Amino acid sequence: MSKYLLNKFLFMVDRDPELVERYRTEPRELVAWWEAECANAVLNCHTGEASTWLRFDDVEREALATHDHVKLFELGAHPFLTLTLFIALFERDNTEPLQYQKSYGARLAHFSMPYPDIAT
Amino acid sequence: MASIVAVIASTHHPFYYRASTATGEDRPPFADEWTRKILAFRETLTRARPDVLVMVGSDHFHQLWLDNMPQFLVGKAPFYDANWYNEEREFGLPRMLLKGQEDLSGHILRAGLDAGFDLAFSNELRIDHSITCPIITLRPEADLPIVPIYTNIFAPPLPQPKRFVQLGQSIREIVESWPSHLRVAVIGTGHLSLELGGPRQFGPHGPDPEFDQRAVGWIANGDLDECLREVTLDSLHSPGNATHGFMDFMLMMGVAGAGAKADYVDTLDLFHTMEAYFTWYPDGAPTA
Repeated sequence: MSKYLLNKFLFMVDRDPELVERYRTEPRELVAWWEAECANAVLNCHTGEASTWLRFDDVEREALATHDHVKLFELGAHPFLTLTLFIALFERDNTEPLQYQKSYGARLAHFSMPYPDIAT
Repeated sequence: MASIVAVIASTHHPFYYRASTATGEDRPPFADEWTRKILAFRETLTRARPDVLVMVGSDHFHQLWLDNMPQFLVGKAPFYDANWYNEEREFGLPRMLLKGQEDLSGHILRAGLDAGFDLAFSNELRIDHSITCPIITLRPEADLPIVPIYTNIFAPPLPQPKRFVQLGQSIREIVESWPSHLRVAVIGTGHLSLELGGPRQFGPHGPDPEFDQRAVGWIANGDLDECLREVTLDSLHSPGNATHGFMDFMLMMGVAGAGAKADYVDTLDLFHTMEAYFTWYPDGAPTA
């Protein structure tokens, strides 16, 4: 399990308009591609340098592939990153102000303090 | 030596720009009151006639990331590009370009290191809404050079609250020791109770109005001792999962000084958070 890698996925996809659209329409394919091509890129480093060991476990991969923000919260993904990206994916479907944001929170209602640890 | 002509603390609600510029059916019902309060708040900076702005805020995983996360970082660049694609997308924020004040950045870095703060620096910093929102609200002309100072308030492990206060106290001393005739305003933004990405988000009020009330009292009265007794890294989870940004308010209390009552206090209860606005004039309120 890698909370860091979950966060890295959310961080990198959220910053790229093309990846946001691919993640919305083909999440499973995008997650597989990202894990194969991007997970081990060493950020802020010269092109071509890569680590060799970062990968999702099955639960993490499935949570991302199914847009399961509740499971991501449970796994300790950073809630700011998850929320920001998921708003980008789904706010456009709102029929009233903050509709998606409120339903997002409501689906987390079974969590009480303390929330899952977000330290990486 | 430089003089600190205003110390200002506020929230950095990214929806202000969109709300205040919206018209017709798109304009939310709270926009007019919010705008009136911001115009009054802005006047507290205008009256101080600053030449330079030291801006304290927090990067929101835009430029700073978990591969190399500084706790406290000072920007040292001649210019700062500002706002990001995902802020434009979500909040409608405009791209901005702000001028830097490199001499003061260098002075803060040298004196801060000598004072015991292992400050990171960046010569290539792109800033986000924690600093651009107070520019939009307080100085929309964006005509003054800035020194951005970023704190880590949401990538654990975080510095202790007292460290934020100590840094604020040191920033006050360091700016006042800057060999310059310029007038400096120190502006910082943080949060009161706030929940983002959790079950209590986007309610009709902030997630913990009782905390907000006490927090506004601490800041308005400069009650640092009581604040430090009540606030810990653990306790800040309770009012909302993003409430650790309150430590940037504590930093600004450190700049203003223990016991210093704010000369200007205002609040606005908005959906999902309480807006709060404070101004101190260290040398007395300027005459109109």
